[in-house]
Amino acid sequence: MSDPLFEFLCRMGDNTLVLGHRVSEWCGVAPVLEEDIALANTALDLIGQTTLWLNLAGEVEGKGRDADALAFRRDVWDFRNVLLVEQPNGDFGQTMMRQFLFDVWHKGYLTALQDSKHDQIAAVAEKSLKEVTYHLERTMDTVIGLGDGTEESHNRMQKALDKLYPYVGELFVRDDVDDAMIAAGIAPDPAALRADFDAVLDAVLREATLTKPESDFAHKGGKSGQRHSEHLGHMLAQMQWLQRTYPDATW
Amino acid sequence: MYAQMIKSTGKGVKSLDEMEPDERAFQERINAGGKIEPKDWMPDGYRKTLIRQIGQHAHSEIVGQLPEGNWITRAPTLERKAILLAKVQDEAGHGLYLYCAAETLGVSRDQLTRDLLSGKMKYSSIFNYPTLTWADMGAVGWLVDGAAIMNQVPLQRTSYGPYARAMVRICKEESFHQRQGFDIMMKMANGTEAQRKMAQDALNRFWYPSLMMFGPSDENSVHSAQSMAWKIKMNSNDELRQKFVDQTVPQAEYLGLTVPDEHLKWNEDRGSYEFSEPDWDEFFDVLQGNGPCSVDRMEARNKAWDEGRWVREGLLAHAEKKRARKMAAE
Amino acid sequence: MSSPESGSYDATEAAPHGKPRATEWPLWEVFIRGQHGLSHRHVGSLHAADAESAIKNARDVYTRRNEGVSIWVVEASAIAASSPEEKGPLYEPSNDKVYRHPTFFDIPDEVGAM
Repeated sequence: MSDPLFEFLCRMGDNTLVLGHRVSEWCGVAPVLEEDIALANTALDLIGQTTLWLNLAGEVEGKGRDADALAFRRDVWDFRNVLLVEQPNGDFGQTMMRQFLFDVWHKGYLTALQDSKHDQIAAVAEKSLKEVTYHLERTMDTVIGLGDGTEESHNRMQKALDKLYPYVGELFVRDDVDDAMIAAGIAPDPAALRADFDAVLDAVLREATLTKPESDFAHKGGKSGQRHSEHLGHMLAQMQWLQRTYPDATW
Repeated sequence: MYAQMIKSTGKGVKSLDEMEPDERAFQERINAGGKIEPKDWMPDGYRKTLIRQIGQHAHSEIVGQLPEGNWITRAPTLERKAILLAKVQDEAGHGLYLYCAAETLGVSRDQLTRDLLSGKMKYSSIFNYPTLTWADMGAVGWLVDGAAIMNQVPLQRTSYGPYARAMVRICKEESFHQRQGFDIMMKMANGTEAQRKMAQDALNRFWYPSLMMFGPSDENSVHSAQSMAWKIKMNSNDELRQKFVDQTVPQAEYLGLTVPDEHLKWNEDRGSYEFSEPDWDEFFDVLQGNGPCSVDRMEARNKAWDEGRWVREGLLAHAEKKRARKMAAE
Repeated sequence: MSSPESGSYDATEAAPHGKPRATEWPLWEVFIRGQHGLSHRHVGSLHAADAESAIKNARDVYTRRNEGVSIWVVEASAIAASSPEEKGPLYEPSNDKVYRHPTFFDIPDEVGAM
């Protein structure tokens, strides 16, 4: 295993990088102008957080790589984001459901991370938490609104939940990297955050008149980097293309 | 400009003596530099022309998100991605401010949107051109936003209050757009051989379409004369085009790029550049829907609108249910 | 597509300002108080399905998320108005999005005003 602290920072940064990229794909084509603007704000927050996490990762690694080098010059197997965030946007409902599920986890995780013994990590968590608290407020309302809205919007949201719920479990998997982070007092135990997550999820789904899938089956392999979905490679092909094609250029 | 060839409904500018008292008071207020507000009396032609103009301007902002949005997912660094995203987001905001200004004149945003999507209303010709390399993000900011600012700055003093206020807000945000474009051009022009080539190619492709943004000469247009009397158009098209060329040519020289016009020449007596007219046949073709990306742009807007319907309806239905539940509980 | 000279607004049945159409979200007027203890001022309008989302949209559209501002939204149709003369609203970009400020980009003096 490479340095667990570096791994951990890549996980944080890759989650926001990949999700920020996905959300930015909505720019200009959202269902209504107000949503278009709000989605761009979310994407901008996530890109900003990515820069903080990945620069810190580069610093910890000590090989002269900065956030851009990590974002634009690594291949699929080096990415450490959870599978949930690399799932395609689908319709607006799927994008909102993905964002909501991630936001609930993200908020809980960052809240705990504020107590990190690593000062820089605690500081990034604190700054990010302000933004993420608002992300969650928004996606919660949207999931409730569309779940409870018309028959069509309800059905679409249920479909989105059914499709994405199998990607929730990975958020709470505890592995060697987590063990090392917990032991060092740097990051919380992800498994311990599940109960709070479920409480929020259940409350929101109830109000949204949506039904949680019965199976708790969870796809895994993104966080560990062992097996990403096919979607990530296509995203990186687009995202990294300029940097890869013109390696000598500065932009 | 973002509003091109707006037809005012006047048949020629009336003198004050020819006007009825209401219209005369209205015109005198404009002449004195006063503002017209939504509830004030206004001639029907003023209202309709403004709806056309503000609506077209708003549509241009919204369609204008697409050529730049084309590069958000391919931006070469995290910072460039954030900047570009913030810029395209601003365009959505500008569209929103302008639709709101138009709404004060008694037309809904949905109606304006339907008129855009059906092809009844237009948007600026410039957004029917493709963005093919990263340097185009530079050229669009530098040239397209640069040309837009020429028109938008004077419009902050336009006679219609809500429009003027929208323009103040827009101009304040727009200044960063042009500078970020020029910043990209500087990086490209001073970069590798390939980057320099992209920069020159972008200037070659965007130069004449940018000149077209101001519209054909309107020296003899009755519509323009009426709009200028109403102070909803502040300068002639030729005047603004000249100003744009005079400002932009030295910037191109600074970048070490060549403006694609062999007749371009500084005229010492006039104190301005002589330059070639763009191909106006191409301009009219583009306006007819034959721009390189005209069909794609309208398809993209229609798709976004159609696919967003269930979301707009869903959230509205939820709001209504919530209101009904609250009423029932009281 | 027809030429831009051909269309006219004569055919449009314009809705009165602020009155929602069947599927259009209602129009809201937005008032914001900045951080300096001033009173709320009108900054613009937007569409939202209800008051709660109007406040959130206002935060996204008109403050780009500046912290510590107080927002009022009023459904436009609920406003009774005389003929006001107001000054133009000003816009302050979010403090941490420095690239929104024109001065973030160094443009050499030789280039001139931009």
